[in-house]
Amino acid sequence: MSKPFVSVERLTQQFPDGAGGTLTVFENATFGIEKGEFVCILGHSGCGKSTIMNILAGLAEPTSGVVKMDGFEVSGPSLDRGVVFQNYSLLPWLSALKNVIFGVKARYPDWSKEKVEDHAKEYLAMVGLDGDAIHRKPAQLSGGMRQRVSIARAFANHPKLLLLDEPFGALDALTRGTIQDELVKIWGGTEQTVFMITHDIDEAIFLADRILLMTNGPHARVAESVEITLPRPRSRTTVVDHPNYYAIRNHLVHFLGERSKELAGQDTGAEDNKPETIRLGQTGPRPAPEPVLEPEPESSGPDLRAVNQ
Amino acid sequence: MPRQTMFSGGGKMIRNFDARSAILSFVILFAGLFIWQITTYVPETELVGTVLSDEQQEVLLSKDMAAEDIEFYASQGIEFSQIDQIAGLGLSREMIEMAGGIQALGISAPDENSAPAPGSLFPSPGQIGTELWATITDPFYVAGTNDMGYGIQIGYSLLRVVIGYTLAAAVAIPLGFLIGMSPLFYRALDPYIQVLKPISPLAWMPIALFTIGDSELSSIFVIFICSLWPMLTNTAFGVANVRADWVNVARTHELGSVKTAFTVILPAAAPTIITGMRISIGIAWLVIVAAEMLVGGTGIGYVVWNEWNGLRLDRMIVAILLIGVMGMLLDAAFARLQRAVAYTE
Repeated sequence: MSKPFVSVERLTQQFPDGAGGTLTVFENATFGIEKGEFVCILGHSGCGKSTIMNILAGLAEPTSGVVKMDGFEVSGPSLDRGVVFQNYSLLPWLSALKNVIFGVKARYPDWSKEKVEDHAKEYLAMVGLDGDAIHRKPAQLSGGMRQRVSIARAFANHPKLLLLDEPFGALDALTRGTIQDELVKIWGGTEQTVFMITHDIDEAIFLADRILLMTNGPHARVAESVEITLPRPRSRTTVVDHPNYYAIRNHLVHFLGERSKELAGQDTGAEDNKPETIRLGQTGPRPAPEPVLEPEPESSGPDLRAVNQ
Repeated sequence: MPRQTMFSGGGKMIRNFDARSAILSFVILFAGLFIWQITTYVPETELVGTVLSDEQQEVLLSKDMAAEDIEFYASQGIEFSQIDQIAGLGLSREMIEMAGGIQALGISAPDENSAPAPGSLFPSPGQIGTELWATITDPFYVAGTNDMGYGIQIGYSLLRVVIGYTLAAAVAIPLGFLIGMSPLFYRALDPYIQVLKPISPLAWMPIALFTIGDSELSSIFVIFICSLWPMLTNTAFGVANVRADWVNVARTHELGSVKTAFTVILPAAAPTIITGMRISIGIAWLVIVAAEMLVGGTGIGYVVWNEWNGLRLDRMIVAILLIGVMGMLLDAAFARLQRAVAYTE
């Protein structure tokens, strides 16, 4: 069995609880991300999603466990892992264009000024920003436009892994939908590997190839890995008519509503505490490579839950 | 309908507001000058002199006294009988003055000091205006070590401030960066800053004079020490409070610490740093006047003290006015700089 592109192995994070003891936020979290895959992670507040993201970004150190990317252990932040933060994290004294240029210059220090600028403009245009808007400061842009700039900055750097920390959390529903469509469009064109945190079940289903489900904290862990058996390209209006859509959605709602509590603190029992792979509904032939799946005799049955290993 | 005009056309109202505030400013100015003029008004004193009749003139002229001498003595308020006595001596005015004046010859004349005192020694706005005009039209004359144009004297003060202030900035900003970025240095240096900061800059003067010896360098040192603290504390505060998100952006873009300092932390902390620099330049300009009064020699602070000693209050007030204007210009320059680096989150 070959290792996935990004491999998170037995990650544990503990903090002092303020009363002399330690608080274990998550324990032995294990999962993998394949190259070109779009993975979302869902879980209640306090299960450590953001901490996992910070560890993947190299901004935080786990108490124990390792993250490997391309076979190398992750230590410290790197341009290979681009991050889009929830609060956009644009530098407010730079214009939208300069913010993207800031990233491109860091990634390609030997590029000429014109090349850097053209590249930045190209990616801003991809998220629908051009003309006067790109010369405005973040304070003069709407929340949606700011997040577009932030996404352009991350994509323009061609990171091997793109990390999105609730990128649409602060946006209204309409803007969110538009930017989700843009995100899917850019992602489709770049074969970018994406790992995204979200609170929104529908957003996760629409965007992801696979959704990781976390149990409640403390002692949270990644319990299930739900494959989104919906054909691409997906459209917001037709995807809900697909027979698998509600099967997946119901499963996710049940997990977050009940099972995330029941399963808290239990190990999966699998080797290395890997999450259970869930595949719901009728699956057509999938073009994407199948991750860590051993031969599964019953994997094509309707509404069937297949257990990996 | 006045209500409607109040609420319609915001731009027009603001222009009106500007005009109204300008008018009010001028009214206050003229009222102040008027009151000042009244309180310092000295009525023209009657020409203290003796009026000689034509016959008396004839008598004196017949005694070979020059007409202009007669006029001079009369203007001094000397009575006819005494002028007649002087004429009897048959000496010209020059010779009398060489001999020690008419008093020396035993002729009583009204004492100058017994003349009625003027109403006020405090100069009127008119006198100050004249002096101010003289300063503006010829600011750079040099007539001696104690008599130079105020342009030159302000230049001396400005030079000391610029040198002391630049040295302070060169120390305070890098040190502030270090303190702001390193909690260890912050904790270690904080007690020293807290103790040294409240010391009056002039209290350093004796130490400076003793150790440095040179009065010029001592006043520069005093400027240095008083400019240091606001810049240091503001830089440290600004750097320490740069949002973690922006530092994370630098980290995820693999910027080194020097590059992070210049491309992220410096622009993020710039408004706070410039605020500190603005406070510092204000304090430095306050302190240079006091320091120059203390060490003397040159500079606008010394001028104020020198004119006071010479009781030239009109010139002193002109110097004080110039100090105010210069301070305002320095502050305005930093206000402009502040606007240039400001950003909204």
